[in-house]
Amino acid sequence: MIGLAFWIETTFRSAGGLAAVLLPAGPLVYLYLFKMMSFMQSRLGPMEAGPAGSMQLLAEVGKFLQKEDLFPAKADRIVFAAAPFVVLVSSFLLVVVVPFGPDAWFVNLDTGVFFAMAVSSVSVIGILMAGWASASKYSMLGGLRAAGQLIAYELPLVLAVMGVVIQAGTLNMQDIVLAQAEGEIFGFGGIGNPFIITQFLGFVIFMIAMQAELTQPPFDMPVAESELVTGYITEYSGMRFLLFFIGEFATAGIFAMIASVLFLGGWWVPGIDPDSNLFNILGPAVMFAKVLGVTFLVFWFRITYPRFREDQLQKLAWKVLIPLSLLNIVITGILKVAF
Amino acid sequence: MGIVPGMIKGLGVTAKTAYDTMFPDGPLKPPSPSKGAVTVQYPHEKETPTARARGVIALQEDNCTACMLCARECPDWCIYIEGHKEKAPPRRAGGKPRQKNKLDRFDIDFALCMYCGICVEVCPFDALFWSPEYEFSEPRIADLLHDKSRLAEWMETVPDFESYESGSEAKVRKVPR
Ligand code: SF4
Ligand code: SF4
Repeated sequence: MIGLAFWIETTFRSAGGLAAVLLPAGPLVYLYLFKMMSFMQSRLGPMEAGPAGSMQLLAEVGKFLQKEDLFPAKADRIVFAAAPFVVLVSSFLLVVVVPFGPDAWFVNLDTGVFFAMAVSSVSVIGILMAGWASASKYSMLGGLRAAGQLIAYELPLVLAVMGVVIQAGTLNMQDIVLAQAEGEIFGFGGIGNPFIITQFLGFVIFMIAMQAELTQPPFDMPVAESELVTGYITEYSGMRFLLFFIGEFATAGIFAMIASVLFLGGWWVPGIDPDSNLFNILGPAVMFAKVLGVTFLVFWFRITYPRFREDQLQKLAWKVLIPLSLLNIVITGILKVAF
Repeated sequence: MGIVPGMIKGLGVTAKTAYDTMFPDGPLKPPSPSKGAVTVQYPHEKETPTARARGVIALQEDNCTACMLCARECPDWCIYIEGHKEKAPPRRAGGKPRQKNKLDRFDIDFALCMYCGICVEVCPFDALFWSPEYEFSEPRIADLLHDKSRLAEWMETVPDFESYESGSEAKVRKVPR
């Protein structure tokens, strides 16, 4: 990189991080939550704010900002106030290792995948804090459910990623992209080797576990409104509720970025030399397109399926996904040695 | 059907609904969701409720005898009735003057009413009717208490009873006008 003063570089990085976390969240909410969900339910969704309701999200933000920041009487005020920020921080930490182009990255960690998997569980702490500090039984149960669910699904998530790591032979996100760009399938290198083809089982497991990590329906037991009001967010209002809401969709966007790096070739598109400088400009756009594709799947599942029961959720993780992902690792390992 | 084929079919259902909503005229025409959606954009467009929809309750004041049956049966106790007795001229010449109950007050609090229709069912004198009108929201909740003149105005919007099937023995009821 060009030598810049430390503070300039830091400012650029902070601005880039904010943009990478918050910019995808808005389109995701509008495109999928407001519009696609409405169309799938044969209705129109928001239509009044802006052309075709496109300013609805701004209207919602304005509404939430006006609301009173309520604290329950018995709440642990400091923990209660801090919890939404802890959740949001985990999304910011996640985006740190995502590469957007050959030189467009925040940090190029050699253990990028490991780091991403580790910090993705930070949000559990925030959710447990919210659940415990609210001094409400619904929040408490919601927090505990969230913790149980996130820990259970962390395992298949990590194990599914293992297959990719074995095949690419590296934990570095940047090198995983390059491995896909330069890979070949049975000697044919025209489209590289996006790992979704060779690691399809891994991709399926990753998508299911990701859905659960994001607590999107059908895995939304922590906020199951018919049982727990809204789980750990029950007592939140105004700005802090908004932070949870933004956190949910920002994390969806970032998990989709990680999925596209691991399985869809990240910022690379077939036909252009991956070392080309063009990708520093084109890369973020390519990533955004891939993110839209992955989140389309996430929201399609969200809209289609009803919520699981708590025990079905745990069964799916421990009895189906974990054995399958272990199997995937074994097969990948054998094939890696054999070829 | 197994779990996985069933889940794929479910995805198909939502995808097809989205497609039908976006492209009601087929894939070659520009998308027009406002035509494809089954909903209407309420304040701009209105649907006509069915004739027997339970919108608001109308009172035919002349028929009411202040018998209080409706007020007592109402699960919400949201009907308030006050009345007094009056002498009415005899039906036949030379008869005794009749006694008649005259309504002083007949209010229904639509902020409490749950539109169960028990009052309409229970009234023995055909004084209460359902009207399909539904646009009577108020900025102040106290204004949802409709007094007897307001309830009487709704009478105009009460549709006629539908005629029964041919061959029915029952006499068709008439809405008093
Ligand atoms: S509809 Fe039911 S709740 Fe309403 S006034 Fe009549 S009896 Fe009462
Ligand atoms: S409306 Fe009917 S039931 Fe109610 S007081 Fe009058 S006559 Fe009686």
